[in-house]
Amino acid sequence: MSFEIEKIAGLARLHLKPEEAAKLKNDLEAILGYVKKLETLDTQNVSPTSHVLEIENVFRPDQVNPSQVRDEVLKHAPGREGNFFKVPKVVDK
Amino acid sequence: MNYEPVIGLEVHVQLLTQSKLFCGCSTKFGEEPNKNTCPVCLGWPGSLPVLNEEALKLALKVGLALNCEISGRLKFDRKNYFYPDLPKAYQISQYDNPVNGKGWLEIEYKPNKAVILSPDAEASKMENPEAQGDSQKVQDDKKMITKKIGITRAHLEEDAGKLLHEGIAAASLVDYNRAGTPLLEIVSEPDLRSPEEAYAYLTSLKAILQYLEVSDCNMEEGSLRCDANVSIRKAGESKFGTKAEIKNMNSFKAVQKAIQYEIKRQTDLLESHERVIQETRLWNETKGQTFTMRSKEEAHDYRYFPEPDLVPFSISKETVEGIRKDLPELPVQRVDRFIKNYSLSDYDALVLVQDKQLANYFETAVAEKANPKLASNWIQSELLALVNSNKHTVETLPKFFPATYLAELLGLIENQTISGKIAKDVVAISYESGKSPGTVVKEKSLEQVTDTKLLESAADKIIAAHPKSVADFKAGKRQALGFLVGQLMKETQGKANPKLANEILVRKLS
Repeated sequence: MSFEIEKIAGLARLHLKPEEAAKLKNDLEAILGYVKKLETLDTQNVSPTSHVLEIENVFRPDQVNPSQVRDEVLKHAPGREGNFFKVPKVVDK
Repeated sequence: MNYEPVIGLEVHVQLLTQSKLFCGCSTKFGEEPNKNTCPVCLGWPGSLPVLNEEALKLALKVGLALNCEISGRLKFDRKNYFYPDLPKAYQISQYDNPVNGKGWLEIEYKPNKAVILSPDAEASKMENPEAQGDSQKVQDDKKMITKKIGITRAHLEEDAGKLLHEGIAAASLVDYNRAGTPLLEIVSEPDLRSPEEAYAYLTSLKAILQYLEVSDCNMEEGSLRCDANVSIRKAGESKFGTKAEIKNMNSFKAVQKAIQYEIKRQTDLLESHERVIQETRLWNETKGQTFTMRSKEEAHDYRYFPEPDLVPFSISKETVEGIRKDLPELPVQRVDRFIKNYSLSDYDALVLVQDKQLANYFETAVAEKANPKLASNWIQSELLALVNSNKHTVETLPKFFPATYLAELLGLIENQTISGKIAKDVVAISYESGKSPGTVVKEKSLEQVTDTKLLESAADKIIAAHPKSVADFKAGKRQALGFLVGQLMKETQGKANPKLANEILVRKLS
């Protein structure tokens, strides 16, 4: 199983110390190795599972249902300006 | 070296629903910041999204109109990335089982688009007074080109929030009102070969969306957005070149210009033996250039996986057929009908039909007994000119100059009450004042002068006053007649029947 622990950590915005990275790499390898056992099963006639529940087609009608949580949420935001959330400056995506 | 551009477009269109894609927040534009938010679209732990049934229905309508394969099996996936406009740090989108699969769309355009000249009634036109209402469209005789453009897919996804950067130091402000709004992302195959074709694609796609009434397609409010993938390759090559993704165009014209610029930029690079880099570039409208968007060190890695909070969906054939049966008349069908029923040219039919409201206006006028060909000409020249010069829109045209007025005006021309030239003044006055053309003609006594005696004496006066032109005409210069007819028109404040004025002068001069 080959993966770059630093890359995965980077994508998850985690800053790992070298010893943490080494430990997590071992843990992840163990988990992936365990899951790999599944590959020994014959899944030729099994369609891929995209959901664990056997239900489908759960809809809601197109109706507006105002929630009015804004002020509560903004109270807990790390930064606000008026009714906006305020975040460190971002310029590009 | 000859290069061939290869262009694919990604269009995001906001679907016309009352509520968001996965929650009951309103989708209304222009609300106070963050007013339309709730635990679901703000991504609170423990909240669960539930699919808006109407959004799926609208998506299917588009799929059917774009001839897409609809498997009936669909699911949602998480597209993961960190950015402050995305409260959950993932966007619910569709990866491998989109609502709509492969389809196609037909574009029709005239290469080097026809110029529609606003006809100043030059005297020379008077030589041909039977010309349709003087409002002649000068068209090149190039044939319309029809081309099938492939659609890769059209999938449902939620929109992100809106970030504000300008005028704020060291911070960005976030408004999540838009977060969770239903979008349909329509991806074209790289089948487009020129900026012109890209423009034609957008115009016909927008027309389809408007006829389906699935979106208001307002680019300014962001309900229709377009990104372009542009690359070039040597003519005859089958492999694609390296592409750049161009963003930030806020009109179809801007898309066309940005692609134009990008083709030139890439061509210059290859000509000077440099390489095109795969990157995202932003169009700057003021500068008319594209610029590198500061790129991340790593390529995007979205780590798509099935959205566990939403169950899968299956749509029955009956549901799909039910939606198909209810599809309205689509632009391509309406164009055919206009050509067949009203004997319009391909070009005229297309111009009218691509704007649903314009086409409706036309049909109302025709129902009021307007001559279809004349109505089409007058709409495309005089009326659109008035709409534009007043900075109005086609939507408000019936308010200023109802279709019944157009029918009335054309009637006045056809029964020779007024000349086509005077009719132009009448339209302008009528548009301005709200009075009907008939009233305007009466109030201003604009009826055509068909009194032969009166015209003859005026003609004598003109002939006496312009001996040089008379001599020129006799020497075979046809333009001289145009000038003299023009003078006669002037003498009668434009009210002379042009055909009669023409005849009288020719008779007197020969």
